[in-house]
Amino acid sequence: MDHTGTCPLSQRQLVEEYFIEHRTKILDIAAFLDRFDRASQHDAEDDFRMLAFRKALDALLHQSGASRMQAVQMLLSDPRTDLLEALDRKSAFGAYKTDDEP
Amino acid sequence: MEYIDHHCHMTSRTTDDYEQMALSGCRVLTEPAFWAGYDRGSAQAFGAYFEALTDFEPKRAAKYGIQHYTWLSLNPKEADDRALAAAVLPLIPQYLDRPNVLGIGEIGLNRVTRNEVATFEEQVDLAIRHDHLPIMIHTPHLEDKLKGTRVILDSLASERRIRPERVLVDHAEEHTLPLIAEQGYWAGLTLYPQTKVSPQRAVDMIEVFSPERILVASACDWGPSVPWAVAHFIREMRRRGHPDRLIQRIVWDNPCQFLGQSSKFQAPVPALPASV
Repeated sequence: MDHTGTCPLSQRQLVEEYFIEHRTKILDIAAFLDRFDRASQHDAEDDFRMLAFRKALDALLHQSGASRMQAVQMLLSDPRTDLLEALDRKSAFGAYKTDDEP
Repeated sequence: MEYIDHHCHMTSRTTDDYEQMALSGCRVLTEPAFWAGYDRGSAQAFGAYFEALTDFEPKRAAKYGIQHYTWLSLNPKEADDRALAAAVLPLIPQYLDRPNVLGIGEIGLNRVTRNEVATFEEQVDLAIRHDHLPIMIHTPHLEDKLKGTRVILDSLASERRIRPERVLVDHAEEHTLPLIAEQGYWAGLTLYPQTKVSPQRAVDMIEVFSPERILVASACDWGPSVPWAVAHFIREMRRRGHPDRLIQRIVWDNPCQFLGQSSKFQAPVPALPASV
């Protein structure tokens, strides 16, 4: 579906209004990744959350139009529909962990 | 602009929050029963909770000119405990006639277990058996949201008595909103600082999808949340140049339409926004 024109602001207006706050957000991500590399122990390079995080960053660069959000949401979602037979925990992790992921 | 917040866990908030919500324009809120952050563990504890939701909280809200309504249920975080469900669900009908009880909620799924589904379906049945009370449904968090929403929608689809216009599927996000909307249910967007939807993303969804059958709420509780988040949504809508009549539709008219399906819901007459 083509969503062109659904935001009432022009691109110029969006840049003027929103650039600074999103500049802040991308710098936060850069700082987080740098901090991750500077960590005292490199014990989570292949953590399923970080793997999903890097895939999501890649999707930001390679998707276009209105599909970035959908792509990122799906990368961070459990795609299955089978029911758990027993409660394993109360909380969610934020990314989907397959059985063979650390 | 005055607004209605359909999802607030005021039991977890201070009286100061009621005051700030009133100052930000909140005139009506509804409080679904939920998880306290710990397991209550007994039917007696739920009985005390239902008393608070139907007696103490409406009085606390009224001091600030806010109408307080509520929804009763065994919440999804404790719904896996079938013994607890068997003890708590029979308590609910005795509270349904209280003046501020709108329906059954928030029911739904957390980790999407077989037991959670069984408890969910029992509570859907409870609502339907009571003149199909309105139902508020919680969808799971984060990576479990898509899976849980699909299972909930499949379960509802198998229930022939369900009337979609009397069901709100809450905590929708970009990847679940179309699934909910295409089956005719109301969808709720939850304005959270971290784990759900920002005001900016909520406005994006209004723009990309439709304002039809969409509600927005703070879902403020004991975790990181902003009780006056709907005011931030209003500001974001205005920031983008959306007209006040569209904003009022989302934060007032839509909730009145959904909540008004309960005969107990009596909305106050809103003050018109200055620009209308």
